[in-house]
Amino acid sequence: MKPVVNDFSIHVATVNGSGSQTANSVLLRAIFQMGIPVSGKNLFPSNIAGLPTWFTIRASRDGWVARRAHHEILVVMNPETAAADVAELAPGSMVVVNDTIKFPDLPEDRVVYRVPMTKLMESVTTDVKLRRLVVNMIYVGVLAELLGIETAEVDRALQAQLGRKPKALALNQAAVLAGMAYVREHLPKRDPYRVERMNLTAGKILIDGNTAGALGCMLAGVTVVSWYPITPSSSLVESLIGFLQRHRRDPATGKATFAVIQAEDEIAAIGMVLGAGWAGARAMTSTSGPGISLMAEFAGYGYYTEIPGVIWDIQRVGPSTGLPTRTAQADLSFVYGLSHGDTQFPVLLPGSVAECYEFAQHAFDVAERLQMPVFVLSDLDLGMNNWMSDAFPYPDKPWDRGKVLDDAALAKVAKFERYRDVDGDGIPYRTLPGTKDWKGTYFTRGSGHDEAARYTEDPHAYVRNMDRLRRKLDTARELVPHPELVAQGGEVGLIAYGSSHWAMLEARAELAATGLETSYLRVRALPLHASVHEFVRQHERVYVIEQNRDGQLADRIRLEVPECAARVKSVLHYDGLPLDASSVTTGVLAHESVTQGAAR
Amino acid sequence: MSTATPPTGQPVNRIGLLKADYDGSKTTLCPGCGHNAITGGIIQAAWESGLEPHRVAKLSGIGCSSKTPAYFLGHSHGFNAVHGRMPSIATGVHAANRTLLLIGVSGDGDTASIGLGQFCHLVRRNVPVVYIIENNGVYGLTKGQFSATADVGSTMKGGKANQLMPVDLCALAIELGCGFVARSFSGDQKQLRPLLKAAFAHPGTAVIDVVSPCVTFADHEGSTKSYAAVKEHDAPLHDIDYVPYYEDITVEYAPGTTREVTMPDGSHVILKKLADDYDPTDDHKALATLREARQDLKLVTGLVYVNTATHRFDDEMQTVDEGLSTLPLDRVRPPKSVLDAIMASYREGSAPVGAGGG
Repeated sequence: MKPVVNDFSIHVATVNGSGSQTANSVLLRAIFQMGIPVSGKNLFPSNIAGLPTWFTIRASRDGWVARRAHHEILVVMNPETAAADVAELAPGSMVVVNDTIKFPDLPEDRVVYRVPMTKLMESVTTDVKLRRLVVNMIYVGVLAELLGIETAEVDRALQAQLGRKPKALALNQAAVLAGMAYVREHLPKRDPYRVERMNLTAGKILIDGNTAGALGCMLAGVTVVSWYPITPSSSLVESLIGFLQRHRRDPATGKATFAVIQAEDEIAAIGMVLGAGWAGARAMTSTSGPGISLMAEFAGYGYYTEIPGVIWDIQRVGPSTGLPTRTAQADLSFVYGLSHGDTQFPVLLPGSVAECYEFAQHAFDVAERLQMPVFVLSDLDLGMNNWMSDAFPYPDKPWDRGKVLDDAALAKVAKFERYRDVDGDGIPYRTLPGTKDWKGTYFTRGSGHDEAARYTEDPHAYVRNMDRLRRKLDTARELVPHPELVAQGGEVGLIAYGSSHWAMLEARAELAATGLETSYLRVRALPLHASVHEFVRQHERVYVIEQNRDGQLADRIRLEVPECAARVKSVLHYDGLPLDASSVTTGVLAHESVTQGAAR
Repeated sequence: MSTATPPTGQPVNRIGLLKADYDGSKTTLCPGCGHNAITGGIIQAAWESGLEPHRVAKLSGIGCSSKTPAYFLGHSHGFNAVHGRMPSIATGVHAANRTLLLIGVSGDGDTASIGLGQFCHLVRRNVPVVYIIENNGVYGLTKGQFSATADVGSTMKGGKANQLMPVDLCALAIELGCGFVARSFSGDQKQLRPLLKAAFAHPGTAVIDVVSPCVTFADHEGSTKSYAAVKEHDAPLHDIDYVPYYEDITVEYAPGTTREVTMPDGSHVILKKLADDYDPTDDHKALATLREARQDLKLVTGLVYVNTATHRFDDEMQTVDEGLSTLPLDRVRPPKSVLDAIMASYREGSAPVGAGGG
């Protein structure tokens, strides 16, 4: 049996609310601490307790961290899904199962390890409730022993998580040891999977995108946060509240340098952002699709009256309630033109946890520079799953508060007109309430207004204003994060964005192995930079890979490069699961075979 | 009112401003609109109170009433928001800069229908806003449909009678814990002005529901909010004097004829008893009075309920005293050491991993 080293996925099938999270985190971290690249993905129901949940840990010596369509190692802890879970297994895979759980016999090329987990817990504790919560640690011990995960690293991971609770720590340690001992005594190894120490994670962190985004917001100097709870966005604001409570109190008085308000709905949430932005605060909210839908009217207001604000959309599957705990990239078109009338917004598309952190800060600079609501489109996969990253750098530049005239600045100008394009970049100057100089006073209205912010229905004034707003978007094109040209010179061009990036890297390797060399451009924002147009022109065949049904980015590209529209094809993934490399590879190759067939 | 008369002959207020300094642009509402009288009352009250225009932000939603912030305090920043959503704007503005005085103007459609939810939550949070409802029972700007404050039996211009229960915004505000609830009439400036001045001094949400006849769509016989109907049914709870903290009480009131409410800034609201001795600090009595008035087809006006000791929004937020929007970068960006420590916790795994369910 040829060993398979540092290249497998562990799929843990459990029940939500059963306390498996600590066990899965310990496994994930122990492998990570052995220097092996990992990722952790939680597939959970829209429910608090009692429904099936799966957690997948991928270990990859090649550094691939996207979801895989198949897993080699299955841990069965949920009797309800056991039969279906084992049915998905490919030949050669292995199963660890609590022996109280029954499922139909498997073909002999699947290795099954039955472990009396419930029984083993009897020697660990007499407390029945604790037995149920800590039983998950038995499979940690079993897997550690079977796969060769170092005991010291398991222990370190446990210490880090439970070090402050000595009783819980001792109990969990005992359960891990019980699992290990059982394997040594009763379960000779019959599978090929194992881990070996590497050195690919030194200095790296494991973090989810929502926490990373929250950190970025704190360091950006956010002062007003309004929000309405919604999956999968809530954890961004909840993390942010935690960071702000700990690190944003005035040293002298202990008072808060921030205000977080839980709004009555997302309409109020964006209203508070705009009110606060108008009054000069760095204000933000975070939501998901249904909340975005509610925000449309105010978004248009912010665009037309030119008020900065940052709105995160942690995308989930729609339309309507959709699949609230599954991931998608289907809000791109809607958000880009959110609101009635001619509107368009800068949309930042972070592709990593590091970019969630970085763009969180950049979004405020862009919003205040352009005086516009700016959207950050993350998704559930990026936002709520665990990703490896280099540690985040401390911001190396001050903030950009944009064109704000205070009393000193007003004293130097003869005249202030709120919506006059003084500099030719479409961006006017603004003043904040509280400014003493009466010269700076103006009236903000969502109805037609002229350069001096006076009400008008004059057709010329309307067109002048709308054309200036258009110019602002031209300015935005250069201001938002430019695309990353990951690879060039390939036979075909690939374009993707957001969380798809990680599957893209792996798919490119798979495609190369079939002999197809690919160029790859990662889009990082709307409006699209000219280099996207250029990339399309440079490739005879362009595949746009995205996680929605209709090819929303592909449509946008076809519109902007009409002469190349026919060469832009979509590879789409929209089943709610994080994108995997094989879907990309298969999709691209399917198109290629059609193309090659036609050529012949 | 402490005004001085400079050599020019035009009186100035305690901060040296002319009354004209509180004017806005010319009204575009119908001649005779009750809202114009309220605008005049706001200008007068703001001038007499010596509000600093630059410290005031005027906010509104959509509708005839919501146009009016353009017509007063032309040297204050103004924000004419979307329909029914002024409360969330007000909340954001206050969160950003708690040193501003917010004057919000809304209508009965704006507040009692499309914006009812936001109104309720503004009051629940007790965000400091002087919230003036210019209440005429109709949608004026869309030409005369009933609003949710139209009384049962009140008729449209064409004769159709309203059958639905009206939303009593004063009663609702009291139920939600509002500490300053008044009802007035646009034609009673003597009552409206002291109420506005007292509202400026209130540290939480101050709701003033001002019945303001619509001369175009609701001033006919059969409308319960016509000038004639309001004059006939107006039942003031008391006469009101307002003595700001920076003035002494110079009038001598006969013992037992007044009730006095002291605002947190030391100003006094003096309520002169009429037929009944109305106690505006009793919320049960206030709600009963509103209910009886509706049954008796009366419009009770005056300071319906007051409690200046309600919980304060800023205490709950625990924010620094200055406006958050004015804080410099070094007070809102933690030092590198903080980030380094956080990064270490995510390297070592002592930070919580994974925010998801499971």
